[in-house]
Amino acid sequence: MTQPSKNKSIEIQTTSDDHRIAKLAAFAIGLHLIEAVLPSPLPGVKPGLANIVTLFVLYRFDFATVAWVSLLRVFASSLLLGNFLSPTFALSLSGALLSLAVLFFAQYLPRRYFSAVTLSVLAAFAHMAGQLLVVRVWLIPQSGVAYLIPIFMAAALVFGVANGLLTNYLLRINQAKLDEDKG
Amino acid sequence: MASAFRWSKPLLGDVLVILVGLIFVTCLFKALWHNEHAAKLQIRLGDKIYATYSLDQNRNIDIQGPIGITRIVIANGKARFASSPCPNQYCVHQGWLSHKGQAAICLPNQVSLELLGGEKPFDSLNY
Repeated sequence: MTQPSKNKSIEIQTTSDDHRIAKLAAFAIGLHLIEAVLPSPLPGVKPGLANIVTLFVLYRFDFATVAWVSLLRVFASSLLLGNFLSPTFALSLSGALLSLAVLFFAQYLPRRYFSAVTLSVLAAFAHMAGQLLVVRVWLIPQSGVAYLIPIFMAAALVFGVANGLLTNYLLRINQAKLDEDKG
Repeated sequence: MASAFRWSKPLLGDVLVILVGLIFVTCLFKALWHNEHAAKLQIRLGDKIYATYSLDQNRNIDIQGPIGITRIVIANGKARFASSPCPNQYCVHQGWLSHKGQAAICLPNQVSLELLGGEKPFDSLNY
């Protein structure tokens, strides 16, 4: 039946880590897509629901998984929405990169005093800062945008807190479920 | 199981971070949103100050930049780019400037406007 020498099929070895990352990234992509069709009063003001997945992964797994999930989300979502390599994509990528950089340091904050709310707020601010940087440097090189910065940052704070609370809630449910499964 | 559905208590660090965030946002509003009317218009050409005019007198100013003539209009305490030879016309579309600290830049022709009050509200902005 098989012709080993002639029909060489390429087989990619996948590990359970790959599967887990793909599954988590799929969640993040789903949330990202839902958010993309929601109307927004100002372009750029969005709840950032995909950050909930990012934070959840940071608490349950490790930073490497977070980086994979976050960047896969940015690339895959842009392909699905058809804005790969467009300004929207650049905004998304710079935001994701800067918030990853902040999370890399913020993950070492003592868990006793700082929950997902802190990480979420810091990540949201970083995300906004990354986007504003691209806007300023590339898209709209004039300082008129400065008037919108307070609104963007206020939105980042509100949505950051909301996402953080949701992440805490999810982590609690998840923990309860893990405990239940254990016995 | 029921306990899992309660919201977790806010931690000390979280509250601090939220407070600092609130202060940060408030400062941003204060720094970037001011409604004081400007008194003077400063025009820069390249890296030099070209001229400073009072906004009290209406006038048209034509400036010869690297790619052509940019026309700036001062009228009724406001100033704007009236025309510029630049391709994207960002500067013209920005319209009238009237508040202290506002600025408009025409990068291709290297002309920039900045409205000054009695004194500058900030030296520079970084974000």
